[in-house]
Amino acid sequence: MTARDAVLGRIDAIVPPRAAADIAADYARIDREYLRRHHDDGVLDLFAERVADYRADVRRVGPDELAAAVAEILAARPGVHGVPSGLPAAWTALAPAESLAADPAVADLDGLAGAVTGCAVGIAETGTIVLDHGPDQGLRALSLVPDHHLIVVAADRVAADVPEALERLDPARPLTFVSGPSATSDIELSRVEGVHGPRTLKVLVVA
Amino acid sequence: MTVPPPAPSAMPTYLGMPRFPDAAARAVADEGLRRNLAHATTTIRGRRAGAVAELDDWSALRESGKQIKDHVLANLGHYLRLLEERVTAAGGTVHWARDAAEANRIVTDLVRATGETEVVKVKSMATQEIGLNEALAEADITAHETDLAELIVQLGDDRPSHILVPAIHRNRADIRELFARTMPDAPPGLTDDPADLAEAARRHLRARFLAAKVAVSGANFAVADTGTLVVLESEGNGRMCLTLPETLISVMGIEKVVPSWRDLEVFLQLLPRSSTAERMNPYTSSWTGVTPGDGPSAFHLVLLDNGRTATLADDVGKQALRCIRCSACLNVCPVYQRAGGHAYGSPYPGPIGAILSPQIRGVGSPVDASLPFASSLCGACYDVCPVAIDIPEVLVHLRARAVEEGPRHPLERAAMAAAGWTLRSPARLALAQRAASAGRGAARRFRRLPGPLHAWTDTRDLPVPPRESFRAWWRRTGGGRTEEEA
Repeated sequence: MTARDAVLGRIDAIVPPRAAADIAADYARIDREYLRRHHDDGVLDLFAERVADYRADVRRVGPDELAAAVAEILAARPGVHGVPSGLPAAWTALAPAESLAADPAVADLDGLAGAVTGCAVGIAETGTIVLDHGPDQGLRALSLVPDHHLIVVAADRVAADVPEALERLDPARPLTFVSGPSATSDIELSRVEGVHGPRTLKVLVVA
Repeated sequence: MTVPPPAPSAMPTYLGMPRFPDAAARAVADEGLRRNLAHATTTIRGRRAGAVAELDDWSALRESGKQIKDHVLANLGHYLRLLEERVTAAGGTVHWARDAAEANRIVTDLVRATGETEVVKVKSMATQEIGLNEALAEADITAHETDLAELIVQLGDDRPSHILVPAIHRNRADIRELFARTMPDAPPGLTDDPADLAEAARRHLRARFLAAKVAVSGANFAVADTGTLVVLESEGNGRMCLTLPETLISVMGIEKVVPSWRDLEVFLQLLPRSSTAERMNPYTSSWTGVTPGDGPSAFHLVLLDNGRTATLADDVGKQALRCIRCSACLNVCPVYQRAGGHAYGSPYPGPIGAILSPQIRGVGSPVDASLPFASSLCGACYDVCPVAIDIPEVLVHLRARAVEEGPRHPLERAAMAAAGWTLRSPARLALAQRAASAGRGAARRFRRLPGPLHAWTDTRDLPVPPRESFRAWWRRTGGGRTEEEA
């Protein structure tokens, strides 16, 4: 007997299999009295405040101020920043060309000063930014290996709370939920910023 | 309905592990350990309460979490088959393991097939449970733990003592000393500032991450209808392991499956606030099979039984399978806070360990038979549990099982037989009570029982028998009608 048959056989003997329709009906009866969102108003303010609570550096800029803000942040961190080739060119229009590398090879990431990406969804309640590694976000390694990560968050990407954010996401894509810079609670259970992921997280909220 | 006999489970009991009371007595005498534990658990308790109080609907989230998990357990075969189908369709390979030895064999063979002799690991309770690192070592494969606390445990040749923070028993000065001694690349002049210690770990592991070809992880959740695996973490070591290597092997207990993507809206709110008292943990990664051009090109999922079906067969005990490994119950437990995690003799310490280990491993060993008694039944663990596991209820249930099935002291058996013989006859009972009253003076003088009976009085005062039994008093005074000094 294969291990699969043995394990499923044990399970079926304890909880006998039922028709899929009956299981679906039971599933639909699960109580879900919790809130779909905890805040109705001021979602963008809440998002900025909650992201900043993790000691990320958050700034709100108008669409016409974005390129200057990106250039300023990159200038403060000399070196080459990796960008995905699908990043809107307007975002980095004011940054010197030599400070940018489009779609860098994974082997080169450790030598970069940082990375600039967009995002798929923001979650205001928890101060979370979700990457789905689409064209404006690049490979998962791009926003992981360099020590500095600048994320541009368009206002319409920000969801009020976790349930709404998950509805907007496609689980078939690889997803990375980022809540502040890399941190650990492993020394005396206190949060300390900075272990393996980017130790500096900069966020520009465009509204 | 016929229930098959429980699977032989092979979660290793730590070698020569004494009963909980013996191990706990030693731990309680260690003042440094108690100070470290008290500091850490007190800090996190307060912060968890704050993070939970922030959500008005916490009790509704908790109820939904409980119901989703119960629904999965009631239809476990269906959801595991669905998960297998969807993971396979997305390019992953699913393996099944009846027990620890089989899971270790599967992982070892998968690593061997890559030709690699080193793997990087994300902290995972399932791989702790099956003793994977030791099994890999026997096959000359080195497993590098990459979670900071696991690294501390591994470098110190130590054992984990907490589900979330395996090195909770070590303070920053201990960790500095350990790093300076065991990390060849530790910076000179390393201080005990936690940020410095984190930096040392970052440097130590960076080259290893970039060179790693094979990673081993666990999983917090697996979504059946999409075939998506989810790992929550803090440091970024998880992201490194899940994305940089070519081959990813994830080992997951069969109870970790959830029906639908939507169910994560409950668990992504319950878990971070319960475990690290954060609105959200720094990083959560999810992946579905393999993504061409991004991340591992081979993904293997090992579904582990190892005593879980035996637990599922127990109507009271099966609620332990709802556990999402947050460790809130450890942090509030007065017994854990004083005894520490090692006394539980298992990768699962604290209240949840006291109900999981004896169910997964059975109550055959002294430590497992003693674990259901490692509690004052105060109920704090139940109050904080995000999926409402009634731990005290399961403890009481397992106490009965431990008494029926567990190893018993021959003296206890003899004493119980003698008590039965005495209680069956009023005359014999009266005689025994007179004898006890006559022994009053001796009991007052000694307070400790001699010989093997000392086990009872090591942690209790010997009660002084009354001068006169209730029965004798009733007969003498006519039920109190002629009360006078005896």
